[in-house]
Amino acid sequence: MKFRVKAWSKTGRSRVGELQLGSCPYTIETPALLLSTRKGLPHFISPQLLPSLPSPDSFLLQCNPLHFIEGISFETISKIGGLHDLLGLREYAIAAVPRDSDVCLPESNSTNKFGASFETPSGRHLIKPVDYMNMISSMKPDLWTTLADEVPAWVSQNRNRTSVDRTVRWVDECIERNVTGGAVFGSIVGGSSIEERQRCAQEIARRNVSGYWIGGFGLGESMDERPALLDVVMDNLLEEKPRQIFGLSLPEEVLQGISAGVDLFDSTYIYDLTVGGLALTFPFDGTDPRPSNYQFNENASDFTKINLKATIYRKDESPILDNCNCYTCQNHTRAYINHLLNVHEMLAQTLLEIHNTHHYLALSSFGEGVRIKSLQGPYFVGGFSVNYSGL
Amino acid sequence: MALRFEILARFNRARAAELILPHFVCHTPLFMPVGTQGTIKGLTTNELEEIGCQIILGNTYHLALRPTSELIDEMGGLHKFMNWPRALLTDSGGFQMVSLLHLADITEKGVTFQSPVDGKPMLLTPEESIQIQNRIGADIIMALDDVVKTTITGPRIEEAMYRTLRWIDRCIKAHKRPDEQNLFGIVQGGLDPRLRDICVKGLVERNLPGYAIGGLAGGEDKDSFWRVVAQCTASLPEDKPRYVMGVGYPLDIVVCSALGADMYDCVYPTRTARFGTALVPEGVLKLKHKAMAEDVRPVDPTCKCMVCKNYTRAYIHCLVTKDAMGSQLLSYHNLYYMMKLSRDLHSSIIQGRFPQFVCQFLQKMFPEGDVPEWVCNAMEVAGIDISSCCAPFPLSEDEHLTVCEAR
Ligand SMILES: [Zn+2]
Ligand SMILES: [Zn+2]
Repeated sequence: MKFRVKAWSKTGRSRVGELQLGSCPYTIETPALLLSTRKGLPHFISPQLLPSLPSPDSFLLQCNPLHFIEGISFETISKIGGLHDLLGLREYAIAAVPRDSDVCLPESNSTNKFGASFETPSGRHLIKPVDYMNMISSMKPDLWTTLADEVPAWVSQNRNRTSVDRTVRWVDECIERNVTGGAVFGSIVGGSSIEERQRCAQEIARRNVSGYWIGGFGLGESMDERPALLDVVMDNLLEEKPRQIFGLSLPEEVLQGISAGVDLFDSTYIYDLTVGGLALTFPFDGTDPRPSNYQFNENASDFTKINLKATIYRKDESPILDNCNCYTCQNHTRAYINHLLNVHEMLAQTLLEIHNTHHYLALSSFGEGVRIKSLQGPYFVGGFSVNYSGL
Repeated sequence: MALRFEILARFNRARAAELILPHFVCHTPLFMPVGTQGTIKGLTTNELEEIGCQIILGNTYHLALRPTSELIDEMGGLHKFMNWPRALLTDSGGFQMVSLLHLADITEKGVTFQSPVDGKPMLLTPEESIQIQNRIGADIIMALDDVVKTTITGPRIEEAMYRTLRWIDRCIKAHKRPDEQNLFGIVQGGLDPRLRDICVKGLVERNLPGYAIGGLAGGEDKDSFWRVVAQCTASLPEDKPRYVMGVGYPLDIVVCSALGADMYDCVYPTRTARFGTALVPEGVLKLKHKAMAEDVRPVDPTCKCMVCKNYTRAYIHCLVTKDAMGSQLLSYHNLYYMMKLSRDLHSSIIQGRFPQFVCQFLQKMFPEGDVPEWVCNAMEVAGIDISSCCAPFPLSEDEHLTVCEAR
């Protein structure tokens, strides 16, 4: 892995950088999104259509090793040659993160000193560092994050302290057992406690890791308490190493993370939109399209996205978004997608995931857009304003 | 008539032809995938083109319910609505009603059925079926026929056949776009050769752009099935396309093509994909099976499709029946398999090696030489010598014959 911070915001903590990962031949500009996957492939976009997504921004995939607990053995994955060969995506950079936000969630009540517990479709699983490292060594991801004990915001101080202790211990155990060449990102937790966040960040910063994975967000804390938590973490990390976060997924959350100096985000939001029949439409020109009191209006739009299930789109012959050059907008109308949603045809999700991925990638990257804007101070992207501490 | 049908080559009864439709030049023999509601199983129209799909089916009954034929018409027709540049075919809607709805009742006027929207009785007449199909705008439209199960016997079969003939005139009369859409008539008559013969004669007199053989693939025994196909193909005009409705097993397609049929449709390849089954030269591969979890070979090592080039059986195994991507990838492979089969049938006839192709096909599917008797019988009528694959290798020429005859 190679990472370089290219520029810092003059007034704040935002930064833009360059990341090169494993077998991916492209240099990816940060802040960047990792595309969320199910068993390594985007949920509905066939591998044939992946290349139609913006390149190279779409070349970072996030894969959850726990998706493979059932159905295929890790020996078989290893025999096939690891994730890249399993998925037929040899030029993609794959980051392994042992959780996601829809089918495999941390179950902190059952996590114990031996390992972390997760709720999955095949039941609850307790994953010990040794199990996890077996998965990693057979999957050979380009980047992997260490096992963490993530707890919700409302747990006791004691439980929170334990979670930091375990997470730090597991970083050591994972690194000790590591036999792959992939970059290691040390996990940082600490819930809603400034002190624990600081303690965890300091401990991890002392370890031999290539970057940091910040967990324990999106677990019940309020958006307002995040900036301070993020700041204390960032203050204790080495600046030259990349920072990946989990749990900041909505556009305003991604911008919040960018403002705090996060480099890599997950894209659960795209999946949520897609299965909800929603399509992103926010503009990138820095304007705020929303009236002060916005809600879904009679056009089934909240000015950042539209609900394509709404009857108003039944005969709408325009693409989701004029001037969008994604496969969906180049080929299909709102009316057709509305029909597909009405009759529960899978192509609706395929087309929506393509458009939403295309559009959301542009939020974090947008070439000259957010990356540059994030260095310049308070800004709007599609009506998502970011304006706090230091920006 | 809005088509041209040019036979490029023949092998006995089998034909390879170009079917020139308003939106695409199709090559026959040809499998037509079913895209019931204006789409096929998460595959984009680009992917369908890549796979080699030339013409796809829309189901009039479903499309008329949602989004409605009026809306499709307003959007410029189904081609434009779903952005499919190649050919389309719509069925009459009658079959879907009879097979999907319990309360369908057929009278001289048409098919009466209970609306799935509000439960009210509705009537689909031949005129209305054609009007709806005119609005949808497919290259080929189908006449409304009186469908009865092939397993039914007695006077109902005869009644249905004669009604189908009376309805064809109403369909022809109602058809408003004969210069852009081709109306195919459907041969009915159950398993009764006499009735089939009357129906063929009646339809041929109407000089339609193409003919379909209906009422099959409904549970009749295979020997009756191929004999009806053989009888109809023998008496239908040489210069018109022949479409066997509802047929989609690869073996059936090979047999029917040998007997002179040109077009087929079936939901089988995509439906079976949804249940985790892949079509392979050896027959089918059930990817749900536990043994697949450790199998690092492609679904079909001889297949050149995107799925077989990139994925192992083990990976597909862990996707099928659980994740959307599983049925997407298997549908892709299965349709690729069907289109490759169509291309191979076409080119082997053109290149004069149709019997060799049939033998190779049968050898893969029946490596023990246990080719079903009905296939042997049909191939004999088709004039295709399959003796070389009808028994294991060491048998002599004479023994082949005995084995075949003994079945
Ligand atoms: Zn788009
Ligand atoms: Zn294949």
